[in-house]
Amino acid sequence: MDAILLQLLNGLDKGSAYALIALGLTLIFGTLGVVNFAHGALFMIGAFIAVSFSKLMEISKITIDPDKVDFLGNPAKIKTPYVIEWFGNFGHWLVEWSVPVSVLLAIPIMILIGIIMERGLIKHFYNRPHADQILVTFGLAIVLQETIKLFFGANPIPQSSPDLLKGSVDFGVLVGFAENTIIYPLWRLVYFCFSAVLIASVFAFLRFTTFGMVVRAGMEDRETVGLLGINIDRRFTIMFGVAAAVAGTAGVMYTPINPPNYHMGMDFLVLSFVVVVVGGMGSLRGAIAAGFLLGIMESFASMPLIKDAIAAIGLPSIDQIIIYLVAVVVLLVRPRGLMGKAGVMEE
Amino acid sequence: MGILEVQNVNKHFGGLHALNNVNLDVEQGSVHALIGPNGAGKSTFLNCLIGKLKPDTGSVKFNGEPVLGKAPHEINQLGVSRVFQTPEIFGELSVFENVMIPCLAHRDGAFKINAFSMVMKDKEIRQKAEDILEDMGMKDKMNLHSGSLSRGDKRRLEMAMCLVQEPKLLLLDEPTAGMARADTNNTIDLLKHIGETRGITKVIIEHDMHVVFSLATTISVLAQGAIIAEGLPEDIKGHPKVREAYLGEAEV
Amino acid sequence: MKLMNDRTLLIIFAAFVLAAPLIFAPTGAAYPDLLQRFAIYGIFAIGFNILFGLTGYLSFGHAAFLGVGSYASVWMFKLLTMNIIPALILAVVMAGLFSLIIGYVSLRRSGIYFSILTLAFAQMSYNLAYSVLTPLTNGETGLQLRLDDPRYLDGASVEGTLPSTNLFGLEMKEVFWNPNILGYDLQFNYGYYVCAVLLIASFYIAMRIFRSPFGLMLRAVKTNQNRLRYTGINTRPYTLTAFVISGMFAGLAGGLLATMDPLAGAERMQWTVGGEVVLMVVLGGMGTLIGPILGAVFIKYFENIFSKINEGVLHSWFAIMPEWLDNTLVAIVSPFVGKGWHLTLGALFMIVVIFLPGGLVDGAKRIGGWITGANRRKAKAEAE
Repeated sequence: MDAILLQLLNGLDKGSAYALIALGLTLIFGTLGVVNFAHGALFMIGAFIAVSFSKLMEISKITIDPDKVDFLGNPAKIKTPYVIEWFGNFGHWLVEWSVPVSVLLAIPIMILIGIIMERGLIKHFYNRPHADQILVTFGLAIVLQETIKLFFGANPIPQSSPDLLKGSVDFGVLVGFAENTIIYPLWRLVYFCFSAVLIASVFAFLRFTTFGMVVRAGMEDRETVGLLGINIDRRFTIMFGVAAAVAGTAGVMYTPINPPNYHMGMDFLVLSFVVVVVGGMGSLRGAIAAGFLLGIMESFASMPLIKDAIAAIGLPSIDQIIIYLVAVVVLLVRPRGLMGKAGVMEE
Repeated sequence: MGILEVQNVNKHFGGLHALNNVNLDVEQGSVHALIGPNGAGKSTFLNCLIGKLKPDTGSVKFNGEPVLGKAPHEINQLGVSRVFQTPEIFGELSVFENVMIPCLAHRDGAFKINAFSMVMKDKEIRQKAEDILEDMGMKDKMNLHSGSLSRGDKRRLEMAMCLVQEPKLLLLDEPTAGMARADTNNTIDLLKHIGETRGITKVIIEHDMHVVFSLATTISVLAQGAIIAEGLPEDIKGHPKVREAYLGEAEV
Repeated sequence: MKLMNDRTLLIIFAAFVLAAPLIFAPTGAAYPDLLQRFAIYGIFAIGFNILFGLTGYLSFGHAAFLGVGSYASVWMFKLLTMNIIPALILAVVMAGLFSLIIGYVSLRRSGIYFSILTLAFAQMSYNLAYSVLTPLTNGETGLQLRLDDPRYLDGASVEGTLPSTNLFGLEMKEVFWNPNILGYDLQFNYGYYVCAVLLIASFYIAMRIFRSPFGLMLRAVKTNQNRLRYTGINTRPYTLTAFVISGMFAGLAGGLLATMDPLAGAERMQWTVGGEVVLMVVLGGMGTLIGPILGAVFIKYFENIFSKINEGVLHSWFAIMPEWLDNTLVAIVSPFVGKGWHLTLGALFMIVVIFLPGGLVDGAKRIGGWITGANRRKAKAEAE
């Protein structure tokens, strides 16, 4: 029982990331009718905003302390980040909390990137065949990821979470199990809460603001809303920015869980596509539900107990491909996905 | 026994009762017009006939064979062709190729891998395609890119594509929608011409009363998902219920 | 329809392919390894074009079939014989079966959905090869020949050396003619000519399919699938057949890659490889006969050239310029060459899709039009 709960929790952080990327993909698809193959790259760029910010915070002044020597006998160099020298305690705080602070930074940057992407490139492809839209965003994804590789190299760059949020919680005790049965890293819990808040705010934004209402109406029937004299295009552009910000902040917060590398975007994109397909194209709720569902299933498939059981019946371990298998089954049984609407992507 | 028998067809969309116990009997060789105000369920009804929608209850029989639940291509292979409201053609292919495709479908069936013969050297298919284009007065345009045709020519081409399959029943969904008066008259002439030379049974959905009364031998009136009247054109013209539901507003 | 020209086109194409070691000599690309890659990726692209060019179904999953072909071939080399014939047959058959399964599921949807599904399947195949099916694929090390492989038909191998791939005794790597013509050192090897003959055969098959009723149906799928259904055609078996045919071509290409170098690794199944074949077809001109081969040659040629350029080479190019300009130019260009080839590839992808959707073939037609004045005449005719 506790093992099951642990796997459930383990699935949540990956599931959150899938859900957030799939949410953005669905928003863009629903509003603009474009499948953005560069959406994973936005997640990746978000992660590298965190990397850049922490690098920026760590630019240090090097002083030589004559009293101390390093192990080679040379005078020891002491690195003092400029922010600490300038701002003292606040500087310390900035260095330590660089990941959460990057979120604040990432929001405007990602919105801007999203808007530039939509106005500068994708706008010109609305009247082109779907294949062209896929190809051009696919090309963009390659360009973005190779550019990041150029600046940051091919190796993953670990990021650390603030000291306060390091370590683990004994989750088992909270829900009545024995001690040390369910140890869960604190940051993953933070990530899950962050995603939940982000998802809730996107839904609230769509449901309770006039802006969101118009966008939702536009998703249903673009022409009619256009006829009402509402400038739907500008709103959709902004929605693209919002979707980019969702993916970007998801990327920022993910960095302490998995050190970011240049191809993480494509890895997550492919899985998020599967999430969208399973959830049902065009359904926001489907994207969220399927994101968590698949994240959890993935975690269960890698559980030793289940791995052993599968090995016992002579099959190879399936944790690497469980998501795809689920997608195939869903597609064969319910071609529209779990919550897919009729008429979406059916010519 | 009609060629097309529709019995007690019902279709709901959520709370909307789009088709309410619709019965229709189309006789061999007739031109059966289905008229009714906007939103009466005409297009829904047509989509149920060709396999695009599946009615909740009821039966549709073509030549005595039930067609409900069959895929569109299967219904077409039985001998039902359809002309769409906006002409549906293969816009990236030439006019000639457009007509060859239904010829092949008629001869080779729904699926045949015929990957090593030259389609352009197939005398039988070429001849048939040329004949129908000749008949429709489009032979001079056969090498044109069909996407560049005028709307009237696209309609003509679509009609040719349907006729070359020698269908037993031709369904026409507002064939003159959005056309200028002259084009409409051309289409009426075309349909009359088809009727005289081929004697194909037709079901026609139409808004334009001029078209309906020029062509139809029988008229059914659909209002709010139900058939409210059926009969010869002159009967329908004078029918009080129809006037109330439809003609009244149209002819004032 | 240029029916009469088909035979001429085929003859010219065949002559060009057979004379390629001579023709490519001045470009510096005329060594057997690269020429073989041209032909192999040409076959891959020809097959892909039958699906994408004719039906418009954009698959990102064809790298999987390339990989399946390679694995199947290497297994044949390990178990049966180093003769390439059984290996190639198994490669095509396995890729065909594999594409039948993937195609059956993916083709339940069309458009973007289809592309997403094939991308997911490519990734799944990669994971399968990389870890799940390690007993079959040897995981991340890749499948290789070993001295203790049984090779039941060949019998015991010479002690201590790995045998090489051959066609009834003709070794693929062997250069059978090494003349010096016009100052160029030419190499004619068996491996290239095996690929060349298969390339010509593939081209011929594609040409027949393009002109056949089957090909016409595939083009009709692309332009209006709805009308095709209401014309009595069951579209799914048509698209599935096209998918399987293109998968078999990919399997053949994968098998041929294994005949060049008998090893197979999971990286051959990565989506980037599938993306590359998409680019080849788009760049060359989708839906045209010759376009995919042009695209394949173009990309493989520049990949080869670009990835060899490093900063040292760049500095030698710009050596005549003032030093600051030299350094600036090197700084600008160097990200795009050497290891940055993928960046160039991505940028090229975007540029072609944005500015030249018809690809090189279309570009050549337009340029030809300007030169002969056909464009002006056409514009004039349209204006009247």
